[in-house]
Amino acid sequence: MAGPDAFRALFFEEAEDLLATLSDEIARLKSGERDNEIVHSIFRAVHSIKGGAGAFALDRLVGFAHRYETVLDGLRSDRLSLTSDLLRVVERSADHLSVLVEAARSETDTDPTVTAAALAVLDACLDGGAPTPGVPSVSVEPAPIFAFAPLSLDLDGIDDAPATQTFTIRFRPHPALYDNGHEPALLIAGLADLGTVRTELDLSALPDWTAAAITEPALVWTIRLDTAAGRSAIEDVFEFVEGLCELSVTDEAECPSPSEPIPAVEADMPAPAATTGPVPPIAPTAPATTSEGAPPRPTLRVDLDRIERLFNAVGELIINQSMIAQRVDDLQLHHDTDMTSHVESYRLLARDIQEAVMAIRAQPVKPLFQRMSRIVREAADGTGKQAQLVMLGEATEVDKTVVERLADPLTHMVRNSVDHGLESPDRRIAAGKDPVGTIWLSAAHRSGSVIITIRDDGAGLNREKVLRVAVEKGLVPAGAELSESEIDNLIFMPGFSTASAASLLSGRGVGLDVVRTAVQALGGRVGITSRPGKGTEFTIALPLTLAVLDGMLISVGGTSMIVPIAAVLETIRPLAGDVQQIGPEERLLSIRGRFVPIIDLAETLGFPRAATDDPAMLLLLVETEARGTCALLVDRVHDQRQVVIKGLEGNYGQVAGVSAATVLGDGQIALILDPDGIVAQSQSGPSQLAPPQAAPTETGNSQAGGPRAAALT
Amino acid sequence: MTKVQTMQDTASPLGEIELVVFCSGGQSFSLDIRHVREIRGQSAVTPLPHSPEEVLGVMNLRGAVIPVFDLSSCFGLGQTEQDARNVIMIAMNDTRTIGLLVQSVSEIVSIPHASIQDAPAMLGGPAQSHISGLIQLAEGMSRVIDLPALIQRRLPVPA
Repeated sequence: MAGPDAFRALFFEEAEDLLATLSDEIARLKSGERDNEIVHSIFRAVHSIKGGAGAFALDRLVGFAHRYETVLDGLRSDRLSLTSDLLRVVERSADHLSVLVEAARSETDTDPTVTAAALAVLDACLDGGAPTPGVPSVSVEPAPIFAFAPLSLDLDGIDDAPATQTFTIRFRPHPALYDNGHEPALLIAGLADLGTVRTELDLSALPDWTAAAITEPALVWTIRLDTAAGRSAIEDVFEFVEGLCELSVTDEAECPSPSEPIPAVEADMPAPAATTGPVPPIAPTAPATTSEGAPPRPTLRVDLDRIERLFNAVGELIINQSMIAQRVDDLQLHHDTDMTSHVESYRLLARDIQEAVMAIRAQPVKPLFQRMSRIVREAADGTGKQAQLVMLGEATEVDKTVVERLADPLTHMVRNSVDHGLESPDRRIAAGKDPVGTIWLSAAHRSGSVIITIRDDGAGLNREKVLRVAVEKGLVPAGAELSESEIDNLIFMPGFSTASAASLLSGRGVGLDVVRTAVQALGGRVGITSRPGKGTEFTIALPLTLAVLDGMLISVGGTSMIVPIAAVLETIRPLAGDVQQIGPEERLLSIRGRFVPIIDLAETLGFPRAATDDPAMLLLLVETEARGTCALLVDRVHDQRQVVIKGLEGNYGQVAGVSAATVLGDGQIALILDPDGIVAQSQSGPSQLAPPQAAPTETGNSQAGGPRAAALT
Repeated sequence: MTKVQTMQDTASPLGEIELVVFCSGGQSFSLDIRHVREIRGQSAVTPLPHSPEEVLGVMNLRGAVIPVFDLSSCFGLGQTEQDARNVIMIAMNDTRTIGLLVQSVSEIVSIPHASIQDAPAMLGGPAQSHISGLIQLAEGMSRVIDLPALIQRRLPVPA
């Protein structure tokens, strides 16, 4: 089950965590903290990435990480002093490291010249850093590219090393060592880098293979190492497994009986297989069954599929709960009956479970934000600007899928803020500002949504220019009177791009309209406020999860439907005088001095209009991308509720005007409307919309009557 | 490539195949039993906007949203009349699950694989593309449905 791919995936997951640590620690250094532990922590992170990468033969990653680690080692041992220049190098190297990790994960190539340049910068630091002589250190010796290949040890080590000492290392891993993903072969390979290694593996404690459960690792290695490097170098190799194994390092001189096998504890199979040379491949198999008896860990990695399954089941539970609640309600019991209170407890329990499951999928936006700080640096370098990123509320948690799908739009917006928002240092100084521009990236929960803002302290939007460009591109008619916020929002229109000289960064022919589309696809909204000379602020409001949706239950043509609350501005019952007829079909609603087109939802969907005695119209004002505010004519508005989103694509396909479906309390399916799709349909004209196959009307009594009661079973 | 070949791959050692025989639009059809997940009484269907005539809508199958097609309509035999005997066959192909509204299910037959005859080439229209073969039963001829082709043609074109 756990094939190489699974280990690989695990490595990349861990690498991501390590990169996050790296970025955290570097941020601490930048904030002026000077603690040797920070440097150690950075070193450990890079070292762990290197070790893992070696196991997967990611040579370029290993090569770079090694050089990086060498510089960090210099810092750690005070051979290099942490100047602001060096800190910059450390930071950029971390950026490059994450680029390489990302490339390795996606198995794409990176530009080797960039890596070469980054390596050259690191080398320059080492040369300039005047290493103190006499400090024995493994990593100073030139080793351009390591290939840590597990189980293939290069045993023809450097024999001519001066003052060779022989150490005997007895190494007995605890279960936790394996649980934490360490690999004895890599440790031994690390020793082999120091000198000549002779390994003996004591299998005597290994229980019979047929034993029911092998819970304790039984392997003990006795390693004889001839090396010029001192004891500290050996201890460095085992640095990360400290406390996870029994380790004794003895000097040959001190202990003259090195190769004596460790007496087996109640061995049924006393066959100590003394081997010289490569570790037998049997080594990793025994620990595979040692998951029991491991010390408790603070976190647990779970396959996303399992959580999905749980999540789906909880969705069903919620639906089932509302079905039962509805049935009980229909019975019209007294409020104080047992049944009513049990159903209420059931409801609360179901919500609790739902929230708990959602919390499993919730992730802090921090890793996403940290990636943005790299984007800011890259964008600033690319445009010759100076910028810093300030993050707020990065612990805010959002559903995993939202975090994932937010990465691209957010990257684009952050780039945009540096590229178009901030001024060049000269202009900033002229305006009396700090030459270093600041981008604030913040996340916060607000009433069931998460609000992400990207704010810069740049010049703000040049409204005159925005309007001029929009008129030039024919997006608005010349001479149109637009409010300030309307002008600001023009930059989200497709085909709008103010960059007079298309820059490499955000001017890739992709405008902010793509961002808006992406955010809307997540069920969110994006807004902008700008103050001239002070800066621009983009606000993204997103649902906390993509699995449930706050919707308004309406009925149209006798069919129940859900309209996402995010799109609904208000519901309104217009007075007779507020509705104006334009031509034979079109009607407009006059509301607070504006005219809003009315869209007959039943007609647009091809449903028959429900015959109502109520002549008054019921309108739902919705915000759409293509036509701004529109009024949807509906038959009834029932209530607001949270619904579980069910895709239509799985078994059928996309349906215009419908984004998904949900199951209502009575087991009926209700479609979730996509207001933009509806508006787009109604715009294409009724002739196209009423093709002969208007199924529901023709089948008349059978289907068109909307939700028929479940006929029979 | 054809359905008949795939059936042979997994057919029983005797080369027998089990078919569910049912009636739709006054004609007899049959479907490989391995495609049939269950047979349900007619239940509520939510209509989809602007769907073709044969797409009745979507129904709730234990939390999954599945489309329901009127089989009679798929073969151009007109809409199935509303009747208490109508049933929905839940059929599955790879990952897609659909419902087929039919008039009634009559029997399950086990026949030698070789007795499925190729549909004559002269058939045109939906019959040609949705029928993989013909079988002779005591009551008369039954049309063996090519479910993958039937489903494929009913799916909306991705936007």
